[in-house]
Amino acid sequence: MAETHSLQDMRQQAAVAAKVFIQRDYSNGTMCQFQTKFPSELETKIDKQQFEETIRTLNNLYAEAEKLGSQSFIEGCLACLTAYTVFLCMETHYEKVLKKIAKYIQEQNDKIYAPRGLLLTDPIERGLRVIEITIYEDRSFSR
Amino acid sequence: MSAVMITRKVRKWEKLPGKNTFCCDGRVMMARQKGIFYLTLFLIIGTCSLFFAFECPYLAVHLSPAIPVFAVLLFLFVIAMLLRTSFSDPGVLPRALPEEANFIEMEIEAANGNVPSGQRPPPRIRNVQINNQIVKLKYCYTCKIFRPPRASHCSICDNCVDRFDHHCPWVGNCVGKRNYRYFYLFTLTLSLLTIYIFAFNIVHVVMRSVDQGFLNTLKETPGTVLEVLVCFFTLWSMVGLTGFHTYLISLNQTTNEDIKGSWSGKNRGQNPYSHKNIIKNCCEVLCGPTYPSVLDRRGLMQEDSPAAANSEGPCSFDNPVAQTTKTTAPLIPNEHTPDDVKPSIAAEKSSGPKDDQPPAAKLPPLASPETDAETSIAKNQ
Repeated sequence: MAETHSLQDMRQQAAVAAKVFIQRDYSNGTMCQFQTKFPSELETKIDKQQFEETIRTLNNLYAEAEKLGSQSFIEGCLACLTAYTVFLCMETHYEKVLKKIAKYIQEQNDKIYAPRGLLLTDPIERGLRVIEITIYEDRSFSR
Repeated sequence: MSAVMITRKVRKWEKLPGKNTFCCDGRVMMARQKGIFYLTLFLIIGTCSLFFAFECPYLAVHLSPAIPVFAVLLFLFVIAMLLRTSFSDPGVLPRALPEEANFIEMEIEAANGNVPSGQRPPPRIRNVQINNQIVKLKYCYTCKIFRPPRASHCSICDNCVDRFDHHCPWVGNCVGKRNYRYFYLFTLTLSLLTIYIFAFNIVHVVMRSVDQGFLNTLKETPGTVLEVLVCFFTLWSMVGLTGFHTYLISLNQTTNEDIKGSWSGKNRGQNPYSHKNIIKNCCEVLCGPTYPSVLDRRGLMQEDSPAAANSEGPCSFDNPVAQTTKTTAPLIPNEHTPDDVKPSIAAEKSSGPKDDQPPAAKLPPLASPETDAETSIAKNQ
């Protein structure tokens, strides 16, 4: 993918020091939410506020995708009436929000995480189970 | 002798573990045993063909042309729902990559502390609180993850499925979060179709018998007898099944939870997933958001494979790197791993490409020790 070109270069140059996995937060049910607890491995790398802000925005985006509102209801009914063939030409609301999430993660990586030697992996690549944060060895990056 | 490595692009579905079959270059995903699914298709298409051939011409002329038209629409909807249920990803959870599996292992070890040798390690359970109810998350030894709430491992497909309902051989697939509503609509519309065909068969026989006599009617439309027989037996099972699933939906329960009695008996009224409102529960299950597949079956990945070597010998037969993460250290067996998993982990370390050994051979009875662990935990409570 073109947008991860610079990140892929970084991945190939640097050695992985460790990986941290942010787990799912099930306190409100099976909705996709992640824990905002700040992992100790990142203490020296990134500001706690910044990290919590990222996770909270992601949680809000996922909540928007899974919201049981009138929009999802109308989409469901319309799809049912067409025997779900409408999804062959139309993108579902969830997929639209997933695209937004992918863009947000890439933005965060470019602006905040890559300069600190970290890399966020989109949770969809891990089955929406964890947010994987890769910590690279301390080296100076030229971008 | 050196092996020449060829890098080629493969679709991710070709490298997915589990016992699924994929068709149309990863667009279709089903279980391995499809025999009963073909029977379902045959019964539906066969019975409807007989109906269109024998009854419809008479009914269209003597009653109304709307009858066959409605039958066609209903038939198409049933087939669409059946194919949608059978061919879609039920909500399979991808297995943990080695780093994630290691991370979880280390967390478990840290939580358990030192277990004296000879003593059985504690079962791998994580307690979470959902809507003021403690729910136990079980560890899946095959997928190496703590299963999310309501997920379960299907031993037939060898996958963890989110909101696992049951494995249905009639549709040739698991029924889970992503395809439950299609499954329900399939059972509902098939019940309606069966009732419709049955009723109009009776009407047709009665109307024709008045003109020609009963025996002549049967001689002219021999298909009627077969249709009535098939519809009669299908009717009771389909209406019963639809009723059962309507009950489950209104309570926001899965078949799996119902069978295990998770939220019945002394736990009645404690289902943390229920909105305590029948309409809301129905809306969530039937009109909720359409969850995307997290499997990415059609994504491309690099695979390094050795070119055809001149001799197959002890010479470098490098492990093909299906994913870069496979070259990292595999899971470290420790005393917490059940004994029947240890040899398979050792095999995983030294074995060749995954394609040469079917996953079933590597990790044979993993479903059973899990279920044994689960039942023993349930009994201990």
